[in-house]
Amino acid sequence: MNNQLTDSGRLRHFLTIEGLKQPLLTEIMDRAEQFSSISHQQVKKVPLLRGKTIVNLFFENSTRTRTTFELAAKRLSADVITLNISTSATSKGESLLDTLHNLEAMHSDMFIVRHSESGAAEFIAQHVAPHISVINAGDGCHAHPTQAMLDMFTIRRHKQHFPDLCIAIVGDILHSRVARSQIQALATLGVGEIRVIAPKTLLPADPRTLGVHVFHDMDEGLQDVDVVITLRLQNERMQGALLPSAREYFHNYGLTQEKLNLAKPDAIVMHPGPINRGVEIASNVADGPQSVILEQVTHGIAVRMAVMSMAMGAQAEQQESPA
Amino acid sequence: MKLKISNGHVIDPASQIDGLHDILIAEDKIVAVVPIGATNTDFVPDQIIDASDLIVCPGLIDLCARLHGPSQKQGATIASETVAAVKGGITTLCIPPDTSPVIDTPAVIEYIEDQGEKSALSKLLVVGAITQNIEGNLLSEMAALKDAGCVGISNALAPLKNSLIQQRAMEYAASIGLTVFINAIESSLQAKGCVHEGSISTRLGLAGIPETAETIAVARDLLLIEQTGVCAHFCHISTSRAVEMIAIAQQKGLPVTADVTPHHLHLAEHDIGNYDALCHVIPPLRSIRDREGLQQGLRSGIISAISSDHRPLDDDAKLGPFAETIPGISGLETLLSLTMKLVDDEILPLQQAIASLTINPANILGIDTGRISAGAPADLCIFNPNAHYECEPDKTLSAGKNTPFGSWLFTNEVSHTIVNGKIVYQQGVAQSNHP
Repeated sequence: MNNQLTDSGRLRHFLTIEGLKQPLLTEIMDRAEQFSSISHQQVKKVPLLRGKTIVNLFFENSTRTRTTFELAAKRLSADVITLNISTSATSKGESLLDTLHNLEAMHSDMFIVRHSESGAAEFIAQHVAPHISVINAGDGCHAHPTQAMLDMFTIRRHKQHFPDLCIAIVGDILHSRVARSQIQALATLGVGEIRVIAPKTLLPADPRTLGVHVFHDMDEGLQDVDVVITLRLQNERMQGALLPSAREYFHNYGLTQEKLNLAKPDAIVMHPGPINRGVEIASNVADGPQSVILEQVTHGIAVRMAVMSMAMGAQAEQQESPA
Repeated sequence: MKLKISNGHVIDPASQIDGLHDILIAEDKIVAVVPIGATNTDFVPDQIIDASDLIVCPGLIDLCARLHGPSQKQGATIASETVAAVKGGITTLCIPPDTSPVIDTPAVIEYIEDQGEKSALSKLLVVGAITQNIEGNLLSEMAALKDAGCVGISNALAPLKNSLIQQRAMEYAASIGLTVFINAIESSLQAKGCVHEGSISTRLGLAGIPETAETIAVARDLLLIEQTGVCAHFCHISTSRAVEMIAIAQQKGLPVTADVTPHHLHLAEHDIGNYDALCHVIPPLRSIRDREGLQQGLRSGIISAISSDHRPLDDDAKLGPFAETIPGISGLETLLSLTMKLVDDEILPLQQAIASLTINPANILGIDTGRISAGAPADLCIFNPNAHYECEPDKTLSAGKNTPFGSWLFTNEVSHTIVNGKIVYQQGVAQSNHP
């Protein structure tokens, strides 16, 4: 059962990569490829979503994701509202649903949702009116599918053929919705080998069930990889005895040029942002020639345009179909 | 009032009856259990229940049922939940101490008894708090609680963090002969977890509760039980490893028993699917290996009772992102059906299934029900083993519709429930015996 898809298998909500097939992920990237050229035009707008109302519903703070979603919606000519709702104000699902139903009553067409609880986007998708699409902009530690797709798009731009690749994800896998979605996307696209590199305190239980090779030693894990993805390390991880200090973390798991040299010479370096310089990545690597970190941000707009237009297209098709 | 239950297939593990018998009841007591045809002609019943093709067993005893949700706005009451209990064939249920207010003084017990007399269809028993306000700091007045009628002592879902206080509480309970009911939870490992730590917590990005949150607590408490000599009962264990540890303790001769819930016997972590909040429960649904270990532990007698761990919740409690929902399952009305399903699935022999709901919990509580014999209280459950029906949450009598077993097909359905010789439930209708 996949409630993200319409009866005809098109993308209605975008909640998680899990359960989506390779052709659909490829379609998202192909579509994003078309949209990315728009950014270079004088008029950076297409009228695809003219008259549609998109609500950015952020229950958790975000700058980059929220901004790129806003830009993506505006470039598709939609009307955009952004609501920052602190989770303390809606501490229970009851009022969360009330919020949603109020927005529904304003004839919204799409909710872009970020929430601190895993499964929140799924929950919202289950309870919204059928004409509304829900795009997950990050739910707890669960999923961040548009981030994963912009990462796939970036990798494809540089590396073409996924099955030949070996990709390492370094850092706080346990708490990372980005990593979970990346791993699922990479696996769906048939990547040769997916590695995760982290101390056990930053790995979930049974990480191998995600289909990854686990390394605790960064030097071993980075051998001959094509892509290194570093993850943000939240400062609060030093609390709760997950790590002793940022210094020790950087020493063992921070990406330096020296460590990067263990990867293939043409390896690219990625990071979902925002970067903690000197914690998970050295400044000279983040700003260096192998880094594609800012490209990721740029691609975020095109990928989000792709996902939003596909979801609205599927909704239109669903509404027209007699069933 | 004289009642005769005729032609029923009587199953009573306590007296090892398994065959067609008539049961004769006068007032609130069983007078005689006689093979069919041998009925004493002196007994002239006022009412006869024809139990042909039905199974008659002792009324079920549920070791743990909460009669209201965590907030007062939720609609469950003693009346609504005991109606649900008798619909499920339960004649006695045991309330854990984490009520509001906490059961830590005789006054609260008296209040519950008062309310029970006014509106309960089943018998109510209470487990008192082992520490004041279940805060884990000061011992409650256990002797006074015992005198007021509590059948055991527990800290419910707020286990003692301080081992010294746990030891002293056990020593004190041992000196006055109270059984300690233990929910084995190591709080620091359970933390904010909401599902079993394993492949599902990893896939869904939910905070996990490791197996060790239970096993470390069981290990510690078993050592303290050995040291203090207290009688102890582990409530709703969820891991296979805990079963192994309890088995070793029992082999050593420690006075330790355990129960398990139907949901841990039938479901596992993967049933959470895509964040199904109806499967949000504490202790969490664990791995399939754990489920098999629990079934095996039940079969081999290490776990001797099945309890519902009933917690009625209103719809809002389950409406939200998974971790924000309130854990709990409304289980009174499915206790018998799910236990009997273990028989249908050839996991548990019939006699043992009935025993796990009747004489075994009675023995754990030290009460005189749970058996069908002359002189015993006339608490009985009559059910049709050949019924076919679908579990429909909307039609449950409990105020809590929060069951993950909606649309499951069941084959055993209660037709009559008798408490103290009175028919309190009959073919879909609960009958109050209160004026």
